[in-house]
Amino acid sequence: MPRNKLQKTQREEIMSKQGWPLYEVFIRARAGLSHRHVGSIHAADKTMALDHARDLYTRRNEGISIWVVKSADIIASDPIDSDALFGPAADKIYRHPTFYKIPDDVENI
Amino acid sequence: MYTQGLDQKQKKSVADPGDSPERLAAFQARIDADEKIEPKDWMPSAYRKTLIRQMSQHAHSEIVGMLPEGNWISRAPTLRRKAILLAKVQDEAGHGLYIYGGTETLGVSRDDLVADLLSGKAKYSSIFNYPTVTWADVGAIGWLVDGAAIMNQIPLCRCSYGPYSRAMIRVCKEESFHQRQGYEIMLELCRGTDEQKRMAQDALNRWWWPSLMMFGPSDKTSEHSAQSMAWKIKRFSNDELRQKYVDATVPQADYLGLRMPDEKLVFDEKTGHYEFGEIDWQEFFEVLKGNGKCNRERLEARNRAHDEGRWVREAARAYAEKQAAKDAA
Repeated sequence: MPRNKLQKTQREEIMSKQGWPLYEVFIRARAGLSHRHVGSIHAADKTMALDHARDLYTRRNEGISIWVVKSADIIASDPIDSDALFGPAADKIYRHPTFYKIPDDVENI
Repeated sequence: MYTQGLDQKQKKSVADPGDSPERLAAFQARIDADEKIEPKDWMPSAYRKTLIRQMSQHAHSEIVGMLPEGNWISRAPTLRRKAILLAKVQDEAGHGLYIYGGTETLGVSRDDLVADLLSGKAKYSSIFNYPTVTWADVGAIGWLVDGAAIMNQIPLCRCSYGPYSRAMIRVCKEESFHQRQGYEIMLELCRGTDEQKRMAQDALNRWWWPSLMMFGPSDKTSEHSAQSMAWKIKRFSNDELRQKYVDATVPQADYLGLRMPDEKLVFDEKTGHYEFGEIDWQEFFEVLKGNGKCNRERLEARNRAHDEGRWVREAARAYAEKQAAKDAA
């Protein structure tokens, strides 16, 4: 893609919004836990997004690490597809350990 | 409460063509089964609209709510009190942002919501249109206004809309300190000199009735309660919450040695509840309409802050744009 065209797209993305783009915020509460979605934040750029996320979501020691991701960059499944996506798992009960009958006498299994 | 404007009459909404009886029934079944509704789920257009109005009014109230207390940050009597008040007002800004964030999941932009606040189109809670004339008002606000807010927000933690419910859980966790710091201010004043105690009583006299109005019109005249209850956006009626609040708060005033400014206030042994006098609904509707003591001042302050911050927002955007162009190069 020609450079000026790419610039124009990014410029449009930023300027088309009345304000600043939206970011989703993920916080790791403490070492050993995954980052967890806590909400969103508006910011002009990624540095400001981190600063704002820190001010808004960690005023009471809620975390030791922050991720911010542009909301527009998140690819999400649609609830309309839920049956097709998640329905098939329901009838595969053989994926669960309780499906198998093992005599009580057999230990450590 | 922070969304009293909801209880006002509005034009009947036309049912969305997508709102077929089957879909509405399936949606209600999910609500009845205590399932949470998430942003991308199908929802009736009126459910979405009600939430947008309620959540945005709530967010606006948090933002405008910074002003009465902000008035005392520079004049707090001690460094300890100043640090506490700063933290509390910062929390209110945070609460506004959590709720704006939740509202945006319904397909509206925060900029549009803020524009409605600044133009005077959107409503916010009547309580923030009263002035804070003495330091005791800061105590009374924390104790009474935040106390009323907690009473309203705890049931909202179980609201059927996931993002609103999650925002309320965060807010409630933080709000408890707000009420306690206010009560502590009142305690200190009531244990102080006669003049300090008079100041506390005067603040109570002025804030008690407006804090009862925070719960919105009486159930007899409230417009939106039944549908919001069926959708589990609202869990208790205005009058139920108001009664709970009176029952919880009167003994706290007794402990302070202060008198509620209500001649008719009496404990009913049979029901176990306090009976209280008639609220001046005329005053309530006037404040809601924009004729309270500080309505104009509050909106002017918000507009001024917005206008004076414009160059900062634009500069940040221009810088981001320049950086993005550099990265692309």
